[in-house]
Amino acid sequence: MKNEKQTEKTSAKGYLTGKEIREIAKANKREIKRLEKYKNRKAKVEEFSTKMKNPDNILEIEDLNTYFFTEQGVVKAVNGVSFDVPKNATVGIVGESGCGKSVTSMSVMRLIQGPQGQICSGSIRFNTAEEGVVYDIAAMPIHEIHRIRGKQISMIFQEPMTSLNPVFTIGQQLDEVSFIHSPGISEEDAKAKSMELLNLVGIAMPERVYSAFPHELSGGMRQRVMIAMALIGNPRLIIADEPTTALDVTIQAQILDLLRDLKNKIDGSILLITHDLGIIAEMADYVVVMYAGRVIEKGTVDEIFHNPLHPYTIGLQKSKPTLDSASDTLFNIPGNVPNPINMPNHCYFKERCDKCTAKCSGAYPDMIQVSPTHYVACHLYGKEEQNG
Amino acid sequence: MAKENEINKSTSEYILEVENLRKCFPLKKTITGKVTSELVAVDGVSFKLKAGETLGIVGESGCGKTTMGRTILKLHQPNGGRIVFDGKDITDLKPSQMRELRRQMQIIFQDPYSSLPPRSTVGGILSEPVSVHKIVPKEQIKDYVLELMDKCGLRDYYYERYPHEFSGGQRQRICIARALSVNPKLVVCDEPVSALDVSIQAQIINLLKKLQQDMNLTYLFISHDLSVVKFISDKIGVMYLGQIVEYGDKKDIFSKPLHPYTKALFSAIPYPDPAVKMNRIVLKGDIPSPANPPKGCRFHTRCPYAKPICSEVTPEYKEHEKGHFAACHLIEE
Repeated sequence: MKNEKQTEKTSAKGYLTGKEIREIAKANKREIKRLEKYKNRKAKVEEFSTKMKNPDNILEIEDLNTYFFTEQGVVKAVNGVSFDVPKNATVGIVGESGCGKSVTSMSVMRLIQGPQGQICSGSIRFNTAEEGVVYDIAAMPIHEIHRIRGKQISMIFQEPMTSLNPVFTIGQQLDEVSFIHSPGISEEDAKAKSMELLNLVGIAMPERVYSAFPHELSGGMRQRVMIAMALIGNPRLIIADEPTTALDVTIQAQILDLLRDLKNKIDGSILLITHDLGIIAEMADYVVVMYAGRVIEKGTVDEIFHNPLHPYTIGLQKSKPTLDSASDTLFNIPGNVPNPINMPNHCYFKERCDKCTAKCSGAYPDMIQVSPTHYVACHLYGKEEQNG
Repeated sequence: MAKENEINKSTSEYILEVENLRKCFPLKKTITGKVTSELVAVDGVSFKLKAGETLGIVGESGCGKTTMGRTILKLHQPNGGRIVFDGKDITDLKPSQMRELRRQMQIIFQDPYSSLPPRSTVGGILSEPVSVHKIVPKEQIKDYVLELMDKCGLRDYYYERYPHEFSGGQRQRICIARALSVNPKLVVCDEPVSALDVSIQAQIINLLKKLQQDMNLTYLFISHDLSVVKFISDKIGVMYLGQIVEYGDKKDIFSKPLHPYTKALFSAIPYPDPAVKMNRIVLKGDIPSPANPPKGCRFHTRCPYAKPICSEVTPEYKEHEKGHFAACHLIEE
């Protein structure tokens, strides 16, 4: 509440006075202290065990709020996000940079950079490999997270160039994962496992790559190594955060092929984060569209691409030039994403939207269910449902 | 004015002609400074560009497209070949002589975050080239810059602001305004939209197209994104390992690609419609190192249709249909 008052003040003047800065710092310090204490508490397993709403899901995110406490105010990077990842499915999160898609995935991995970044509320329920054991990742103390991270959920990062350690060989880095997640494993077994996975991700000379340093490999090869590393713990969920953005189109095609193959081989789910609608269309079963920290539309891939409802989703699809588009000018969404500190109280997309109604100046629209799987947060569709 | 007329005396219809352009970077030198091995980044590139047209250059990273753009602007000194700009051979011009021509050829860089000086205001960034090249009298500079900002979709109160206050799309607009502030004829756009989001990309591409019509600009548009290149270009050149492997009108290249690399490149783009199932040609392996390019056809190591002849004889770059060039052994069959 206090923060909202502050943001109103700042938006009126456009700058912060010294007094306001001190107020913000004080409020931030208090919040951070409380959340850090919660994060580092000692807790029994029962305290963070819950039940899934639907046992066929592997991950359920409900009303997740991840905030960054900055000197200018609170940035609500993830603001009440909810979606599910079913078993053996690929869920794609799509949105522009800064919309909170990476922060969502980092929250699932509990990799949010503290103390400024904190998961403030919400739950992330993860269905573990053991029957009936469900952990709430958001409520887990940080030192318990090793039960899941890297083993049952693993991550492929965007930059294969910077996510490998340059001073160790590929082999050492791959074996290390085995040593951590299966204690007591012999060196030979760890090496055998690493070699098996290098083969699996389609590296032609695993023996040579095993003893190579990261700088000796090309971008595509490094991304394959990253994928192999993510697979060592036999994960049930792989989070791929823009896995192909740093790669060329021809290499991108190879990596996407590989990911699709692997999903069938490892019998797991993929949470794919990207800004490229083409990749989503090709890979995903379900799509979550995010804008300025909120989910604005979610549904199956057919619903999102053939029946997009939210004006932002429609605009995003129209503004992507395709190889067979014939028109002379591209459709473009005017304006920019609003400032993350001074978020308006009405729909965040209102200023850029061409279908605004009077209702749009009111409160932020709720999620409206259009079909069993299709949800949209827009006032345009609320009315229809009430009438019908 | 007299100087301007001298430069404007163009003799041919082409604003830019590039013949056999070559750029090498030394890898190893002996103690006496003799180069013993070198990386040929651009190897025998030729094309002609008419005024008011856009040539799109596509290729993977490391294929030499950026080096080519910079060599044409003489930001790198070419190691061979000829660059004719507006009827004037500029290959061997001295830097002091180039300065006159710099006004007419400008560049927009890829990364708007690192190509603006953080310590000058937008007004300062935009008025500096105007005052250096004496485009308008001193007292009119501010009005001129404000008019230019308006053209590029920047509000007038941005004049006093600093680059860090802007988003990526706005910064790219500032870069565009800076390049256009001196009324250039040729603008090299080096991946101007690849650092931007999709919805902002569309804004910038539309802006570039509008400005081209208003100011009669010629673009050399470098990008790795085929769909963007298709949207903005009249002619397209596909580069692979320092060479142009296919060149032609946009229509021809897209309706009838000749070179297998072009075909693979087209099929690799994910299509934003889940109902479309693509017949994808997935190329094996990575792009070979340009320091040690393969013998014969440079693409034969990854080509799905490679024949024995491909690994021995370098294919000739020739015209197969009118205005449609390609370098491949397999086209004749």
